[in-house]
Amino acid sequence: METQQCINIIETMVPCLVRSGTDPGLAQFLSIIIGVLIVTLMPLVLVILFIWLERKIAARVQDRIGPNRVGPFGLLQNVADAVKLIIKEDITPAGADRLIYNAAPVIAILSVILVWGVIPYSPIHIGADLSIGVVYVVAIGSVGTLAIMMAGWSSNNKYALLGAFRAVAALISYEIPMILALLIPVMIAGTMSMQGIVEAQQGMWFIVSAPIAALIFYISNLAETGRAPFDLVEAESELVAGYNIEYSGMKFGLFMASEFLHSFTANLLFAVIFLGGWSGPFVAQLPLLGFVWLMAKTLVPYIFTLVLRATIPRVRIDQMMAFNWKFLVPIAIVNVLITALVLKIVQTVGLSPSPENATDFVANLPQGLILFATNLFMAFIVLNMLRNQGRRERMADQARMLRTVEQDKQIVPSAAH
Amino acid sequence: MNVVNEWAFIGVFMAVAWVLPTAPLIVSWIFRPKRPNAIKMATYECGVETVGDTWVQFKVQYYLTGLIFLVFDVELIFLFPWAIAYNQLDFFAFGAGLLFIFLLSDALIYAWRKNALEWS
Repeated sequence: METQQCINIIETMVPCLVRSGTDPGLAQFLSIIIGVLIVTLMPLVLVILFIWLERKIAARVQDRIGPNRVGPFGLLQNVADAVKLIIKEDITPAGADRLIYNAAPVIAILSVILVWGVIPYSPIHIGADLSIGVVYVVAIGSVGTLAIMMAGWSSNNKYALLGAFRAVAALISYEIPMILALLIPVMIAGTMSMQGIVEAQQGMWFIVSAPIAALIFYISNLAETGRAPFDLVEAESELVAGYNIEYSGMKFGLFMASEFLHSFTANLLFAVIFLGGWSGPFVAQLPLLGFVWLMAKTLVPYIFTLVLRATIPRVRIDQMMAFNWKFLVPIAIVNVLITALVLKIVQTVGLSPSPENATDFVANLPQGLILFATNLFMAFIVLNMLRNQGRRERMADQARMLRTVEQDKQIVPSAAH
Repeated sequence: MNVVNEWAFIGVFMAVAWVLPTAPLIVSWIFRPKRPNAIKMATYECGVETVGDTWVQFKVQYYLTGLIFLVFDVELIFLFPWAIAYNQLDFFAFGAGLLFIFLLSDALIYAWRKNALEWS
């Protein structure tokens, strides 16, 4: 039991150190420092693996092999790339605002790493279980937008500035449906702490109780992280490279790393909020297993993102904005309204699980199924409305074409005179 | 951990997280070559000389989008306390929340009718 306690560094370092005679205040401070180091280093080690995975999957989709020369299976390719970027010359354009120009890549990485501080890795391993975890994640996530604006504005380049405008418009727009979708897990769990949200999913994952919210969260995360089909932020064929066009060397490398890391972090949040986080078999006996479950659950949406990136073409900026404001936001608002109503009715009738058996699957079944059915019904109505809208537009097109043909017929005889 | 410790963690975390992206930049500053010249440091625009001021006038749609975003973002923050307390809400507080969401969608419909959501 004693060794078990000393393994769990972040939470239970303190009793171990106190027993070995260290001052309690110092022990607490040390445990915070060690926890911080672990939580910060983990994403940096993992990012090398994500980039390798992304390149391998994109290569497979395009019938290539991908990196396979450096290290086993090409695993060390990204280390080699990082070394190359470090020894490259760094060019700062003449008219650049140097301070902001240099701060932008650092802030871009910072805005992603700080999110990892509130991710629950297992029942007892979490950086800081803030009571306002969800708001913290959203707030830190928007700092990334600031980094893009800083980079575009300070580069003294028209393309960079145009790319930054597009990026900021897209990122702030897609934040609205994301926050609206996050309201529903908060509503069902009754807490904003990340650990609390995971514990509320012990009985039933929120992807079952709120599939539409999960879908909206996933789509807006694709846009937030600049993934295909929403990769307008760096439309290579239109804007050369977007906001990071003037960056070279390691500063460019930091932007790339932050982008890959952001994509993975978004899917990690999806796994925590909708796929049950660390919950899985045998977690109660061996808490570290929760980390394995969490990573396994993150890989499912992450690999889906990678395949989407390799297969789907890019949308236009006006399509992207219209899709957000005229489709996602209205659906997200209606979703919040209807879920709130149905959940209140379920609670009033008494079908929701009591606090004693909140972790029991069977006790969660009625509430989960009713919410799932409501979501299915909503999806059916939305799809029907879309189909009708499409049909109306097709009819209008046909009518317009018929009119033009008839006008041509009328014009032709008169022209013959 | 108590509440103070949670925020102490975030504070230390913010301080340490600065170091990580800065470290490769410093290492790169030591090892990289430094041979600037005027052409290298010119603005990159596909090899063409850049014309006019960089800070161009931008589409008004970006500004409108920013305004609509601000309205929604501020209103959404007020909905989170309502969502947390959802399980204990009485009928009146619950209805007030729904009314608030109705007002939110009203703003969206207004912006839509005023063509503030059109991009082209």
